[in-house]
Amino acid sequence: MIRIANGQGFWGDWLEAPVRLVEQGPIDYLALDYLAEVTMSILQKQKLADPVLGYARDFPPLIGRIAGKLRERNIKVIANAGGVNPGACARAVLKAAPGLRVAVVTGDDVYPRLDSFAASGYQMRDMDSGEPLASIRSRILSANAYIGAFPLAEALATGANVVIAGRSTDTALALAPMVHRFGWKWDEWDKLAAGTIAGHIIECGAQATGGNCQVDWQSIPDMSEIGYPIVEAEPDGSFVVTRHSSSGGRVNRDTVKEQLLYELGDPKNYITPDCVADFTSVHLEDMAADRVRVSGIRGAPRPPTLKLSIAYEYGWKATGTLVYTRPQAIEKARAADRIVRARLGRLGLKFERIHTEILGLNACHGPAAGETADPPEVQLRIGVRGQDRKAVDRFTRELIPLVLSGPPGATGFGEGKPPVREIVAYWSALIPRDEIQTRVEVIE
Amino acid sequence: MKFPLSRIAHTRSGDKGDTANIGVIALEEKHYPILVREVTAERVKRHFGEFVLGEVERFELPNLGALNFLLHGALDGGGTVSLRVDAQGKTLGAALLGLEIEADASELEN
Repeated sequence: MIRIANGQGFWGDWLEAPVRLVEQGPIDYLALDYLAEVTMSILQKQKLADPVLGYARDFPPLIGRIAGKLRERNIKVIANAGGVNPGACARAVLKAAPGLRVAVVTGDDVYPRLDSFAASGYQMRDMDSGEPLASIRSRILSANAYIGAFPLAEALATGANVVIAGRSTDTALALAPMVHRFGWKWDEWDKLAAGTIAGHIIECGAQATGGNCQVDWQSIPDMSEIGYPIVEAEPDGSFVVTRHSSSGGRVNRDTVKEQLLYELGDPKNYITPDCVADFTSVHLEDMAADRVRVSGIRGAPRPPTLKLSIAYEYGWKATGTLVYTRPQAIEKARAADRIVRARLGRLGLKFERIHTEILGLNACHGPAAGETADPPEVQLRIGVRGQDRKAVDRFTRELIPLVLSGPPGATGFGEGKPPVREIVAYWSALIPRDEIQTRVEVIE
Repeated sequence: MKFPLSRIAHTRSGDKGDTANIGVIALEEKHYPILVREVTAERVKRHFGEFVLGEVERFELPNLGALNFLLHGALDGGGTVSLRVDAQGKTLGAALLGLEIEADASELEN
């Protein structure tokens, strides 16, 4: 049996979680997931500005903090912290923790190869919209293929203390140690699907251990010290989900079920570079307090293609707010919205969208919110987006004047006009998997 | 009798681009058949009205006593494009808990 923990569900997750995991009890592998779909484009921009950046900058100082425990307990770290610059990430790790052995997995970055793909005849189309790549070609910031667990397992086989990848799938981080330690073959679909689903359960950190859980949430023990999830994996593909006993949180079938359903599409066809996992085959059993056994998982052959994650410049947006109070808070907010829209219209400004919502009324739940009679206060939130940065910038000047020139009692205008933000959007396509050749390099 | 979905189920929601997903899970697995009968794709689409521009798809997970819904075009473009405060649909699961469903008392006790 091997213990695989996840200490980071996204870049920006609780900094202390991985430290607690290596201190509070036994684990063999620490997986850290830093990448969301748009993270790669942010990192690409940082690398363009400075060639030694472009990776998750939280990662090297974390390894510096826990290097002693990693050595003492022989814990291996697997992280997709490399972003668009895994080599620079590895060098920063070695600077923060001298003497460690770091393996770097590359080959996912296909940004320099996009035009050669097009020249060799691949008609890449967005998986959602069906639009051809040409429609966004000049605005592309980054392009990476999702890579699976096998290159990461190869990196673990070098004996490295830390494995750094770029755009690996989140689930591969947990599956890789199982492939490495149990010697699972590339076509053992049921086992690979089991490891993939184990990865899905832990990839969002504490969302499997009581975080964001609706069932009896008020009674979940000490969420200030919530334990991040640990999978105790067996060579036959079954596993137990648990947490360190001295941590807070809760692991039971309710918390595991909620995470299984999180960001799920067709449950019979969960497609990864390693296999297609069937979530309708998952069997859960409460073994003891904070121990859920998972078994029975079935898988199907991996697809002949890999998914590309492409980020591109979409346009600009800004969102501003004002607060109105009783009496007639909602009526005042709606009147203010009409004034802003009328003024924008007379300026002749063009936007792809102007969006108004009223927090305290129905901003989150929309038509499902039901009726609310005269709440004591609401927040008016107006956002615009479009291609013309100047138009978006002009919009940011239109809310604050309402404090003096609109319905009575406007407040909560914050620190002045809202910032204009660039929108980097996401596009995905498929390419034949043999186009992607990964490499493993050890740096000491 | 009629009652809100929250009496027999819990939910979790998230996003994939402009599509929101909502997992609906029976608090007691014996109530799963009520979910299958009552919580249809059509009712979910009607519950969210103008919030969902595209179709609602439903998938069944009897092994977990759960249903999974995909709400296409529900996030104003989703991710970084969306201007919504809940651009990732994190609260849509909670919003569905207010859906009114119907079952006999005997069916609830079974």
